[in-house]
Amino acid sequence: MAATQKTPFSAHLLTVFFALFVLFLYGPMIAVFLLSLQGPEGQLTFPMRGFSFHWIGAVFGQQRIGNFVEAFGRSFWLGLLVMLITVVFSVLAGLAFRTNFRGSNLVFYLTISSLIVPSILVSLGIGVVFSLLNLPVQWYSSALAGHLTWTLPFAFLIMLGIFGRFNPAYEEAARDLGASDRTTFWRIVFPLIASSVIGVGLLGFTLSYDEFTRTSLISGETNTLPLEIFGMTTNVTSPALYALGTLTTVFSFVLIAIALFTMQKLEELQNQQER
Amino acid sequence: MTTDARKARVTGASSTIPATGSIQSALANAAAGVSLRQVTKKYGPVTAVETITLDIPAGYYCCLLGPSGCGKTTVLRMIAGHEEITSGDVFIGDRRVNDIPAAKRNTSMMFQSYALFPHMTVWQNIEFGLEMQKISDTERKARVGEMLELVGLSHLSNRKSSQLSGGQQQRIALARALVTRPQVLMLDEPLSALDENLRVQMRTELRRIQKQFGMTFVQVTHHTEEAFSLSDMVVVMSHGRLDQVATPSQMFKAPASQFVAKFMGDNNIFQGKVRHCIPEPASDVDVIELEVDGIGSLYSQGYAVPLGSTAACSVRPDLIRIEAIGAGSGQPNHRVNHVTARIVSIEMTGYVTRITLMEEKTGKDLLCKVRTTDWEADPYSEGQVVSLRWSEGDCVFLPH
Repeated sequence: MAATQKTPFSAHLLTVFFALFVLFLYGPMIAVFLLSLQGPEGQLTFPMRGFSFHWIGAVFGQQRIGNFVEAFGRSFWLGLLVMLITVVFSVLAGLAFRTNFRGSNLVFYLTISSLIVPSILVSLGIGVVFSLLNLPVQWYSSALAGHLTWTLPFAFLIMLGIFGRFNPAYEEAARDLGASDRTTFWRIVFPLIASSVIGVGLLGFTLSYDEFTRTSLISGETNTLPLEIFGMTTNVTSPALYALGTLTTVFSFVLIAIALFTMQKLEELQNQQER
Repeated sequence: MTTDARKARVTGASSTIPATGSIQSALANAAAGVSLRQVTKKYGPVTAVETITLDIPAGYYCCLLGPSGCGKTTVLRMIAGHEEITSGDVFIGDRRVNDIPAAKRNTSMMFQSYALFPHMTVWQNIEFGLEMQKISDTERKARVGEMLELVGLSHLSNRKSSQLSGGQQQRIALARALVTRPQVLMLDEPLSALDENLRVQMRTELRRIQKQFGMTFVQVTHHTEEAFSLSDMVVVMSHGRLDQVATPSQMFKAPASQFVAKFMGDNNIFQGKVRHCIPEPASDVDVIELEVDGIGSLYSQGYAVPLGSTAACSVRPDLIRIEAIGAGSGQPNHRVNHVTARIVSIEMTGYVTRITLMEEKTGKDLLCKVRTTDWEADPYSEGQVVSLRWSEGDCVFLPH
């Protein structure tokens, strides 16, 4: 048996660094999570005064903490809408970019630059255009547009990567066997990229669900959930605020868990597609 | 027919394809020949295939042979309809197929990586083509079953392709390509992913299936031995052009160019200037005397070319006799080629012993192959200087 090697000092240093990283990453979330379980007499800060689900319940209680349920509904539907549009268009764009069409470079850079432009500027710009066109800003119109400027380029980049790894021989084989382009897509291409498409959809949803800056100026008279929560920080003084944060986080995690589960199932179904 | 085919026994661990003559009827479509007329393929400014004209008769096993980048795969893909033709015409049978999509050409292609659909089972993979042809459920079942029997993998019909070994994937890909009863089967380096033993075994099976169905097979390969062992017709390509079209035996005996002679490997090629053309009254070829720098005159057989032009001659390593210096050279026939060389290395590879030599005056590397039994009966040692002889008839003149 080989002599056990002494762990180098640098490894210890990196371990400490990593522990700090994890602490800073999850510490705030854990703090909020704990505070949302304060007893009924609890305050916005530590120490904990007992332990209860009082404040979780309070979120669904009287409207004392603002219009949470409606804001959640808006964010949920907006997220779904963003997800749907993002998936459809990023897949189509991914397919298009497999051929070297004229102007593809220009389109590529135009799309990507949307990720670089400051978010608040995008929000402002959309607001200006809407007022110019005399259209009212709404969460389902202007805010939707704002979210798409964020999710589409992201999803587009991911789809480029996915199709970059996709072996075109599968499609050629399908066509060779007599499949039309449509059949080739639905029977061969789509099942093979399905798990990635779910990932893209999930990304689209979560990006939209917690998007703040791009929405801030263009959600109209009604708030999306992040805007609503931000508003509450100024006038809600009970741990119900934290309870709301905990609930939305749990919701996100559940969503991710479902998506991951579905992806894994699909992956198992198709085994490895890249050889 | 189906019952007969079903009766065909799958033997043992089904490592071999059962010879089931009755399945022949399963592939009712008559084979068709393939003709290329002045076919050119350009990718922007790059010419991949340059004005190729080629006829592959129906029922032939044709191998397109050449180094990577010579355009052989492009030719295959143009026949299959996966690559647009820049100019010229492609015919399958009597039908001009330039503008007919791959799906409607009555051809099938077996892809290099097999491209089995990973999300489908073996059965679904083979069935896919029949489904696309809108063939009835019952017939589909029968035909997929037949194909699985043909390749001896009926017991794997519910597996996913990733659960198959390389050789099994290869057979399923073959079954999938054959099930639609194509007139021409295209194979893109079908054996390159297999290990050596399996490759030789699959080679035999491919050839058997091709003969059994009398189907036209067009295969791309960069492996000379593979091309020779499989084909009725070998097409050597380089730089997008045809170098030689011949039967394997013709090509082996008489490569048409220096490129072909080199590509077949192991040939000893000497470059020089044509000094004399001596007509042979009894034969249709001439004896050509080539002046090779540092070595002198070498005689080969070929067709008359302008005196003074640069050319080459080639001799196969198995046609050179190794003799001791001075032995038997008492009355040397001046038409027998003769060089002196030093033995550099001796490799016993099995049936054949390879002897690498260096020509004494020019330092040129030479290769001889001798039957191991013969070599051991009359061996020489490394470092020894020997005399190499070969007759003019065994030496092929290469005009370019």
